Amino acid sequence: MSKAIQAGWLKIQKEGGEPKVVRAVDSIVDTVQKNLKALSKDVTVNVDLATVNEYKKRKLMQQVTVTSYKISKGNHFTTTIEKPETDLTLELISSGDWKVKKFKTYNFNALGTPVACGHLHPLLKVRSEFRQIFLEMGFSEMPTNRFIESSFWNFDALFQPQQHPARDAHDTFFLTRPANCSTIEPTYMEKVKKVHSVGDYGSQGYGYNWKIEEAQKNVMRTHTTAVSARMLYAAGEQKPFKPVKLFSIDRVFRNETLDATHLAEFHQVEGVVADRNITLGHLLGTIKQFFSRLGIEKIRFKPAYNPYTEPSMEIFAYHPGLKRWVEVGNSGMFRPEMLLPMDIPSDVHVIAWGLSLERPTMIRYGIDNIRDLVGPKVDLQMVYNNPLCRLDKHSN
Amino acid sequence: MPSVPIKRDVLFDKLGQKMTDEEFDILCFQFGIELDEIFVDENDPKSIVQYKIDIPANRYDLLCIEGLSRALLVFLQKIEAPVYTAISPPTPIQTVVKSSTNGVRPYVVTAVLRNVTLDQVAYDSLIELQEKLHHNICRKRSLVAIGVHDLDTLTPPFVYSAEPQTEICFKPLNQDKEFRVDELMVFYQSSHHLKHYLHITKDEPLHPVIRDLKGVVVSIPPIINGDHSKVTMDTKNIFIECTATDLTKANIVLDILVTMIGEHAKVKFEAEATTVLYEETQEVKVYPSLAYRKESIDVKSVNELIGIDITAEEMAKGLSRMTLNSKVQNENTLEVEIPPTRHDVIHTCDIIEDVAIAYGYDNIEMNLPKTSCAAEQFPLNKLTDQLRESLAQAGFTEGLTFSLCSVDDECEKIRHPRADKEPTLARISNPKTLEFQAARNSLLPGILKTIQANKKMPLPLKLFEISDVVLLDSTQDTGARNERRLCAVNYNKTPGFEVIHGLLDRVMQNLEVPFHPTQGYSLRAAQDPTYFEGRCAEIVYGGKAFGKLGVLHPEVLENFELNLLGAALEISIENFL
Repeated sequence: MSKAIQAGWLKIQKEGGEPKVVRAVDSIVDTVQKNLKALSKDVTVNVDLATVNEYKKRKLMQQVTVTSYKISKGNHFTTTIEKPETDLTLELISSGDWKVKKFKTYNFNALGTPVACGHLHPLLKVRSEFRQIFLEMGFSEMPTNRFIESSFWNFDALFQPQQHPARDAHDTFFLTRPANCSTIEPTYMEKVKKVHSVGDYGSQGYGYNWKIEEAQKNVMRTHTTAVSARMLYAAGEQKPFKPVKLFSIDRVFRNETLDATHLAEFHQVEGVVADRNITLGHLLGTIKQFFSRLGIEKIRFKPAYNPYTEPSMEIFAYHPGLKRWVEVGNSGMFRPEMLLPMDIPSDVHVIAWGLSLERPTMIRYGIDNIRDLVGPKVDLQMVYNNPLCRLDKHSN
Repeated sequence: MPSVPIKRDVLFDKLGQKMTDEEFDILCFQFGIELDEIFVDENDPKSIVQYKIDIPANRYDLLCIEGLSRALLVFLQKIEAPVYTAISPPTPIQTVVKSSTNGVRPYVVTAVLRNVTLDQVAYDSLIELQEKLHHNICRKRSLVAIGVHDLDTLTPPFVYSAEPQTEICFKPLNQDKEFRVDELMVFYQSSHHLKHYLHITKDEPLHPVIRDLKGVVVSIPPIINGDHSKVTMDTKNIFIECTATDLTKANIVLDILVTMIGEHAKVKFEAEATTVLYEETQEVKVYPSLAYRKESIDVKSVNELIGIDITAEEMAKGLSRMTLNSKVQNENTLEVEIPPTRHDVIHTCDIIEDVAIAYGYDNIEMNLPKTSCAAEQFPLNKLTDQLRESLAQAGFTEGLTFSLCSVDDECEKIRHPRADKEPTLARISNPKTLEFQAARNSLLPGILKTIQANKKMPLPLKLFEISDVVLLDSTQDTGARNERRLCAVNYNKTPGFEVIHGLLDRVMQNLEVPFHPTQGYSLRAAQDPTYFEGRCAEIVYGGKAFGKLGVLHPEVLENFELNLLGAALEISIENFL
């Protein structure tokens, strides 16, 4: 009815009481009926598209699409069904059928079968690389297979005073078993005691009462420099003095606050050169050569403080990815107060530098949380996927 | 490393120049300090920009804005280092030390600063400097405790003694009533700040106390000062007392306080000398020491050590920039004067470092030493790396687990009775958590934990680790030694004893050790609660067992939350070097 009213054929009268529908015109021309009749005879008749779409919308017309194909025989036409072969087989070869069979197309967009193989741990691959670099530079490996060390070798022999904060229970793991070390060579110990307490070898010393009980306390070593100290002591005992180039990469233990980048145990890398007339310039040069093997060319040195080296320097490298300078290591010349009690000749200078193994590995492989790299919570899939360790190749 | 918050604009004001953050960062880098952070205190209504600067642990003279700006001004050659003096008045203020302090805190050093003017910045700096010194060189007040007082509220001479806690009664700083010291020991338990220092003197029979002539309690070191002599911004004359168990450090601390606060005195950097009389020995000491020390250095050997070639004049100028004023004696000798702000300089090598810093580390020519050595590998590490390769080739994946563990890991979790096993473990005395109770004795728990964390990985899981464990050993000077072990685990729907056994055979083959009862290695049945009964063997070489292998006991699997089955191998490789 709305269409009729719209077309003007009917109108509604609302005067007086009930609404009435009345004829508005005397005769009508039903265009819709006329068009539909014409279209049903011949669909190509000239009715405009808008009207046709309206009829479709009103469900007066329905569009049916009929697709037709023209088929003809192709080159490989056959009346028998054949499944394509997936691969060459020995049967196909022996029967000769390989010449006539159809072969399925390979999907080169998928990966191959993962190789069933073993894997080395990413951090330890980096360790092997560092070992290799040191060996190539002529450095010999120190025997560091000793996690429990006496405070004497870990601190006192290095001229680190007994009241130094690092010797606090907050920073260092002490042992209840074995609690103390049993023997310290007495003559050497007296020299160490003297240089700490009242000074010697041109030093003022620290001016405190050095106690043997403190030196005897065992610790989980806080640095591999304790081993370097033992090695330098042995070098001092050798007469005449022979120059040495030494390195070590091994675990150290710190009782510090743990967070995403710090664990209680990590690997320290250390290099040492002891020779006559070694200069600070030699330390800079050696460090530059070492880091260039890691693919790091831009480095700077900042004055720093270590209890056992003077001068001391922190090593900074430019990280092209992060676009800033980051600290990559620590270094210095060992103090005379440490070397002279070891009977090392006074014209022998000892340079050393160190860094952690975990930090460059995490930066190189984009690992944010150290627990994803070290310890039982490592993701083995990451270990499986880890590439060859090529430190001088930068990741993109 | 201590860090000091410095108000940026106050610093640039003192330096007499404004810098961008980058320029200041570069200056810090050259000088040897580090601009760690630029921040605004969220509680600060004025939102003042501050620099957090990291200071080397031995530079007590840089722990406040006065010292830091002064050192940088000298470094930048804008001023010369000040001369610090202590003038003796006709009757110096004396502190008498009673012998009662001998057993608890025997030493005290004192000083007076006259006619000081403290604005808010100086006042805040003074408080902060004491905190920093207390925390670092004073070893949290245990070695030295500082008290700074308004001298005009007190009547010298002073007496430093030690008395029973119940006999000392006074109004402590910022309190409104009197307390006895024993009451304070309880009261301050709830003080976030002071509770950390109570243990130093709490259980001592006598407690240190300083009183003036009228008996007014000046302080009860190392806990708190009296409210009576509180320093305010109106204070004109300051009395400093440092009580200590380490006299050397007390001296250093006093020198630092005097030289730093001395900037605010009317006659800058001039302190008033005081005396300390030790009653027992009748020894009289004068403080502050403010000692200047002279050292001669040889220009040629300093140049050679660093690897530079500068003249004596250039070297002297460089050292003066580091506040080590130097005089050229001749073309090869300098006389260097070490001021009381530089107690970190204790040997010529400290002076040499300052020559290098003034020269600029980045300006030193880099060379390689001519030292020629043929490199040698540590045989145990060489063997380890070769075996690691071989195990990876055999299809096993390497783990890396922790050397520290819980006692549980070495006992209950692998079914070793605690009573027998625990005494064989190296024990940590101060573990923060259970994970650091002991040094591991075996590699197996670590590998099982790695499997536990990777249960979703495809099977089989074949893991190995070659690393050190710690064994007690009384023949070693430390009482312990490391042993290099190889451990491998096969984890699958079946235990795979034959897989682990095959791996052992392969390792022995790599080591050229034949399977032979006398001339090589052999297996013999063994008992070990970690392994399933009847499925465990010892591996023997040269008549001694050097390891075990077996099927893991179901309870062990359960303890590590492993749902499938496993077999394991653990051997020492040290016999095969």
